[in-house]
Amino acid sequence: MPKIFINNNEIEFKEGMTVLQACELAGVEIPRFCYHERLSIAGNCRMCLVEMEKSAKPIASCAMPAAEGMKIKTNTKMVEKARKGVMEFLLVNHPLDCPVCDQGGECDLQDQSLYYGFDGSRFKENKRVVKDKYMGPLIKTQMTRCIHCTRCIRFATEVAGVSELGAIGRGEDMEITTYLEKSMTSELSGNVIDLCPVGALTSKPYAFEARPWELKKTESIDVMDAVGSNIRIDSYGWEVKRILPRLNNSINEEWISDKTRYACDGLLKQRLDKVYIRKENQLVEANWDDAINLISSKIKSTSSDKIAAHVGGLSSVETINSFKKFLEEINVKNYEFREKDFYVNSDQKMNYIFNSSIQGIEKADFLLLVGANPRHEATILNARIRKNYLKNKLPIFSIGDPGDLTYPYKIVGNKTEDIQKILDGKSEINNLLKKSKNPLVIIGESALELKSGKYIFEGFKEFLYKNRFINEEWNSFNILIQNAATVGALDLNFFNKPNGSGNFFDKLNNHNFDLLYLVGSDELNFQKNNEFIIYQGSHGDRMAQIADVILPSPAYTEQNGFFINLEGRLQKAFKATNPIGNAKEDWKIFNLIVDKIKNKNLFINYKTLIEDSLSKIKENKNIDTLPELQTKKINLTSGNFYSEEVSIRPIDYYFSNPVARASKTMSDCRLEKIRNLENRKTG
Amino acid sequence: MSLKKIHDNQPDKFEFTKANLELADKILKKYPSNQKKSAIMPLLYLVQNQNENWIPLAAMKYIGKFLSMPYINVYEIATFYSMYNLAPVGKYFVQVCTTSPCALRGANKLVDICKEKISNNQNELSQNKLCSWTEVECLGACINAPMMQVNEDYYEDLDETNTKKILNSFLEDKPLKPGSYRNRNNSAPEKNQILTNGHKNA
Repeated sequence: MPKIFINNNEIEFKEGMTVLQACELAGVEIPRFCYHERLSIAGNCRMCLVEMEKSAKPIASCAMPAAEGMKIKTNTKMVEKARKGVMEFLLVNHPLDCPVCDQGGECDLQDQSLYYGFDGSRFKENKRVVKDKYMGPLIKTQMTRCIHCTRCIRFATEVAGVSELGAIGRGEDMEITTYLEKSMTSELSGNVIDLCPVGALTSKPYAFEARPWELKKTESIDVMDAVGSNIRIDSYGWEVKRILPRLNNSINEEWISDKTRYACDGLLKQRLDKVYIRKENQLVEANWDDAINLISSKIKSTSSDKIAAHVGGLSSVETINSFKKFLEEINVKNYEFREKDFYVNSDQKMNYIFNSSIQGIEKADFLLLVGANPRHEATILNARIRKNYLKNKLPIFSIGDPGDLTYPYKIVGNKTEDIQKILDGKSEINNLLKKSKNPLVIIGESALELKSGKYIFEGFKEFLYKNRFINEEWNSFNILIQNAATVGALDLNFFNKPNGSGNFFDKLNNHNFDLLYLVGSDELNFQKNNEFIIYQGSHGDRMAQIADVILPSPAYTEQNGFFINLEGRLQKAFKATNPIGNAKEDWKIFNLIVDKIKNKNLFINYKTLIEDSLSKIKENKNIDTLPELQTKKINLTSGNFYSEEVSIRPIDYYFSNPVARASKTMSDCRLEKIRNLENRKTG
Repeated sequence: MSLKKIHDNQPDKFEFTKANLELADKILKKYPSNQKKSAIMPLLYLVQNQNENWIPLAAMKYIGKFLSMPYINVYEIATFYSMYNLAPVGKYFVQVCTTSPCALRGANKLVDICKEKISNNQNELSQNKLCSWTEVECLGACINAPMMQVNEDYYEDLDETNTKKILNSFLEDKPLKPGSYRNRNNSAPEKNQILTNGHKNA
């Protein structure tokens, strides 16, 4: 490995590193504004100047490739003077409004001016003023504060894949804007707020809400989709003020989707904080004892095959496990976690997870999407695909038309016949697939919802296995799951297995059930007839409206819980705030009901619940690890082929779960999106 | 120079004329097919020639589609370069050079005359809508300073009287001839003087 001298210390570095990266290896911190590890190099802020031997001028370390034998100095008078000069120029036009700026306390410019700033200004002229730009309902702009680092532009074009931000004008008049001040049409747009080193782009919903040092920070896991992005929940008292990403290279890098970031204001609205019982067609406030009495008497008086249960997509492993245990206790067999009937095979863990892993996407050299729209179903995963596309020109094919995915792809067809062709080895893409080393096949829920769901699923599995694309090093068979609870529910077999799929949904819609117990489940397509509905959840959403008994339980930020993401990675979400009102944790509610009916406890305490839940998870039980690749003992079956169209079920992205539907920010985003679509149609 | 503002009254549509479309295709051929956007600058200039010396938003969209590049990138380029006009200019578009050599030779007086004759502010049409003026940086004719460019032509070696005369001619739509106003042949010495001053090798 080549060597470089940094402040006279010899350091080995990897070929292709920049001087700045080599300095970081040596433990020397270089101040910077424009440089960012995950974006291309711009080299325009000049804050990272260092001294290089044999160079008369200081060099911008972020843009200079490190070379063998280079002698770099970062602590000389010259470097300090140079950086102070740069800082003085940056501050020439930067307003002195830190006391009213939302970035205060977490501002790079503020921090660095502590070390390189002058206390007085030598600039007597007027400061530049820039008109604020509209960038949509998420991003608040204060463009006078902008120091033109262009991080936001690079993020939008590179990572988000929407070339909508740009710098117009030049020199002192340069301004960052979206084209004609339209809002950004990306699901990742919120990340430019984190990237902005100053207060030019700040969060609109969080404007003037709190200072960063007053907030309690809880490291947790996101449940808006099945990716399981790592987040930090910032709360003040019982309110969740904002959600920020947490670095995790194997999942979300340092990005999170807008839904993850901004749906948190839905945690303050539409909340169920009291027990309600329906009396004379009206929901009346009640207490826990009455509700538990009513529920237990209803359960006792209804035959157990007339009782059905459904668990929602935001539920943790503990909730699902305690729910299932409770249902077994009262002998109920009709339980389900799916919102729509799609084919699942829970024999082996590899049948319902993203086997190649999110990080593995970067290694792929061929990608086939089957009835999947990763942009809306798993935004962060889509950013990885784009990353690979930018780096390696990944060839991407799709069956079904998912719309704009931020990278180009080729539609092979939108009929199940096109799938059959691939499986028979007769399609045009088979050659390319055969030549690839690490192909990816991503099957979406939309494909599994078809009648041929089983055929598609088992067919691809067999095809990939026989072509040795499921081997010791690589498993190319991927299912794109949409809900945070899905993998956990499948691990615990929370669905009608012996009767196969279809049964639960048919019975539900034929009104064969007399009692429905819903836990956080609002997505079911169902019209109420004469059923007695118990709704247990955090938000007064679709199902709470038709419920007969409402039991308040905490939202995902208000209780500890395990979640298994779409790769099969077990992660723990932590409680950030206390549950509001009279809400009780899910497992405690089940305990109460079982206690009433059978006079016994399901779980003595939370610890036994965790132990029991973890013992039931399939395969990997260690936090934050991937399941091992399965190669031996792969069971193959086949399904019936039907000629169908593979259409991708559109997702109402900003309204996909009860928390998001309660959020004002999300509904603003949704309206903005609809407006943008209409504008695009007209011109 | 301040940031160029988009004009309020924008035409709804823009399309190349047949002749310009042919020209555009010729320009496109100079670049590899996967680097089409390299043709952005000549094409914007073509738009400006076709559309009375300014570029409307519709044309930027048109060019964006023409070269399959994001609108914002077209917009960035159009606002970056000073030779693209984003608002209507006069039939006679006067650009007065005010960089050091011209300034030393009295370019500021030219500016004052423009203010008096054409309009108080830069990039503002004269009352009869025939003329507009702007200050520009060096136009590379320092040897004939002070000078101004009107559309494609250079008016050089100016002073107050002949500037007034020239501007009047534009306002009356009877333009005077371009070139040196001290009867120089291009940038050759005045009265065909030989500048050797006794030096052999000069």
